[in-house]
Amino acid sequence: MKPIMAETKPASVFAPWLDADAKPIISFENVTKKFGDFTAVNTLNLKIYEREFFALLGSSGCGKTTLLRMLAGFETPTSGFILVDGQHINDIPPNKRAINMMFQSYALFPHLSVWDNIAFGLRRTDMEKDAIGDRVTEMLRLTQLDGFSHRKPHQLSGGQRQRVALARSLAKAPRILLLDEPLAALDKKLRQETQFELMDIQEKTGTTFVIVTHDQEEAMTVASRVAVMNKGNLLQVATPGEIYEAPNSVYVADFIGEVNIIEGEAKLEGPDKIAITYAENMPPIISVGKTEGISEGQKVSFIVRPEKVRVSLTGDDDRANKVKGTVMDIAYLGSISTYHVRLDNGQMLSAQMTNTQRIEHREITWDDQVWLSWSDEAGLVLTQ
Amino acid sequence: MNFRRLLIIVVPYAWLIALFLVPFLIILKISLSDIAIAIPPYTPTFDLSAGWEGVKTFFSELDFENYIFLWTDDLYWKSFLSSITIASVSTFLTLLVAFPIAYGMAKSPPSWRPTLMMLVILPFWTSFLIRVYSWMGILSNNGFLNSFLVWTGIIDSPLHILNTNIAVYIGIVYTYLPFMILPIYASLEKMDISLLEAAEDLGCTRMSAFWLVTVPLARHGIIAGCFLVFIPVNGEFVIPSLLGGSSTNMIGKVLWDEFFNNRDWPVASAVAIVLLLILVIPIMLFQRNQQKQQEAVL
Amino acid sequence: MNGRPLSWFNVTSLTLGFAFLYLPMLILVIYSFNASKLVTVWAGFSTKWYVALIHDQQFLDAAWVTLRVAVASSTLATILGTMAAYALTRFSRFAGRTVFSGMIYAPLVMPDVIIGLSLLLLFISIGLDRGIFTIILAHTTFSMCYVAIVVSSRLQSFDKSLEEAALDLGCTPFDAFKSVTLPIIAPAVISGWLLAFTLSLDDLVIASFVTGPSSTTLPIKIFSSIRLGVNPEINALSTILIAIVAVGVITASLVSKRTIAKREREALEAN
Repeated sequence: MKPIMAETKPASVFAPWLDADAKPIISFENVTKKFGDFTAVNTLNLKIYEREFFALLGSSGCGKTTLLRMLAGFETPTSGFILVDGQHINDIPPNKRAINMMFQSYALFPHLSVWDNIAFGLRRTDMEKDAIGDRVTEMLRLTQLDGFSHRKPHQLSGGQRQRVALARSLAKAPRILLLDEPLAALDKKLRQETQFELMDIQEKTGTTFVIVTHDQEEAMTVASRVAVMNKGNLLQVATPGEIYEAPNSVYVADFIGEVNIIEGEAKLEGPDKIAITYAENMPPIISVGKTEGISEGQKVSFIVRPEKVRVSLTGDDDRANKVKGTVMDIAYLGSISTYHVRLDNGQMLSAQMTNTQRIEHREITWDDQVWLSWSDEAGLVLTQ
Repeated sequence: MNFRRLLIIVVPYAWLIALFLVPFLIILKISLSDIAIAIPPYTPTFDLSAGWEGVKTFFSELDFENYIFLWTDDLYWKSFLSSITIASVSTFLTLLVAFPIAYGMAKSPPSWRPTLMMLVILPFWTSFLIRVYSWMGILSNNGFLNSFLVWTGIIDSPLHILNTNIAVYIGIVYTYLPFMILPIYASLEKMDISLLEAAEDLGCTRMSAFWLVTVPLARHGIIAGCFLVFIPVNGEFVIPSLLGGSSTNMIGKVLWDEFFNNRDWPVASAVAIVLLLILVIPIMLFQRNQQKQQEAVL
Repeated sequence: MNGRPLSWFNVTSLTLGFAFLYLPMLILVIYSFNASKLVTVWAGFSTKWYVALIHDQQFLDAAWVTLRVAVASSTLATILGTMAAYALTRFSRFAGRTVFSGMIYAPLVMPDVIIGLSLLLLFISIGLDRGIFTIILAHTTFSMCYVAIVVSSRLQSFDKSLEEAALDLGCTPFDAFKSVTLPIIAPAVISGWLLAFTLSLDDLVIASFVTGPSSTTLPIKIFSSIRLGVNPEINALSTILIAIVAVGVITASLVSKRTIAKREREALEAN
């Protein structure tokens, strides 16, 4: 399934990470966190900028939550430093940080009403009573919870609880808001609606959001930049578009969306042209792109997204790559279909086509001999 | 933060060390001393003013005489033996009575269960002494049970039940019943009925499904209940002294008499230490069962 | 275990079981209103044993001692037990933790005679005068363990992120405990207190060891009067105690049943 991507804004509008002079709001400097023998976060360096909607993406146990909890102050780095606005915050307890967190379980206080939950943090400051009231009302309006202020958490639906948790963590107008799997407990439809609400609120308040998620679609939808983590290491930090179109490793490519991976041997055929041999009696794959770091005869992985591969009965196009195979399986997904095709050497490839015709008029079916084709710019050659 | 953390640990810890651990060391020490007509009625007493020499004399005067006495006088080992026997038999009897009740409770409609639970817990909150006492009026020669049986014509003359071991068994089963019902009920209640259906689907009869599925799954509850009855019954004092007779020698009562009637503190302490040693193994087994049960839940 | 109809066997065992649990107490209650001093002879309804009881100064004194001991020891035990529960569930590693948890669990199964004897020997060796104070110390010691177990089972099921959320919103750790943890675990703390109170009211053996000549508690008084046989005044006293417990337990279970039903209804309405 193809991730839904919010339209990435042009780089000139908001891309502080490209500006060498921009000061990061958060920076991790060689941060390591160990629990006993287990290394949760491994010498990690990362800069996050003001007003960013930053997503930490990875499978469970990859260290993303530990990173977030260190930022909130619930864990202390074993070594390295965390800086906010250039200040070391390693030793500052969570209650003294201008950072608030929205918990995965929401952590709404069950004995307090919605109003008191939202006012909880404000009451720990020297804010006037009237001002607290105004702020809570404002938060209720922002999260569309007017009329629910006297309810207790158990009298709310899942979506309402999620919004109370958001309102509560935003009430103190933190510089940075941390969100730990904020939408994991919602059903799919509500989750998609809420994603846009979150982006809207982030834009309105101008707060820097750091979100932890294992859901790649969610990360791609909401984030200005995504960091993909695995086993305590940052694999790639880039905009959603770059992560999808130009993953820097097979792991990232495989983690985000569907991908065909073909392993073979590289042969340089020009300054930006590579031919990859992957089986005897099969024509090499031609790919155009960066060739730095790739040497003659090196083992490489060629990746190509299924939607960039065309499947046809005749193969009458002039794309650079064209191979024959047999349709083994067709996954019908409504708007699109995925064809799983076995090439003559046994390699499996998938191709995705939009279903422009009704299913009963589909030309291609099981066991058909078909042609798969993709252009020389469609794929990517990766060395790791 | 660290000071508060320290305070939260240290205060209850220190309390338990001072009032739970230290007293055991004192019992151990006195059990090695000799009886004396003095205040306190044992020797040697610790005399720090005599310095290192005092400590050395103190230790040299300690001996295992009281333990040897416990071994040679058959009153003691017979009492230990009869305590363990009574505890084992009554644990088994309590299990026999408790299991059908717990089983019935677990099978009853969910809307009844809180009420049934409350009915089991209510006696638990009622005075132990009063519950034992209630049987004195029932079991005595001219008591309720005998009058009833004579009235129905089942017997001609009253049965002698009070002040026998039978009365002790009845008293133990009665007072310890909630301790057995609650853990068994808790483990049965969690059980998924589809397991029984699966067993029957795979060819079990109702009876064999009960033995092959229900009982093994209630295992932890049964074991916990048995220990909760067996361990404290060993040291029981109230039941044997109110319901038991002169032939009922349970060690809790022997310890009490040794202390209050004979004023032999060293022997009483030695009895306590031996009782503790006997109970250490079941206590450890009990704690292991509880741990396993917790792991099984996770 | 749901969905199977009760068989005749289940119904019989439940009926017989609860009859066994309640008949002895019922008989006790009935005979407390018997005009005759003899147990089995019903000589008409009378409240004379209740009248005799409230004029018996010894019983009233003993009841007063017991009440003071129970209130003081259960309050102390609740404070210490809650601290111990917090230490055990929240601080996963500290020196001597195993010994600590062992000392929490041991008194649950330790025979009363051993606890009583060992505490008495302690009080004598440090020269503490025996009386109400020593009974309070003794009762606090064993009932704090019960409180610790009740409270720690609640703390274990407690969502730790609630405390973290409080810290995150600017609470100091103590503030977080006071305004979030304590209100949520309050029901467990209250039932811990009630348990400690009942245990103290009920204790005969430990109190007998550690008491002094002037402080007789109600169980000690009851025990010395019933050693020789059934006593109608004790029947009356038992009835009063049973009535107090029954009213307390039934009220508590009705209240909790209504609260649960209300919550379920509200949760249903919310979704």
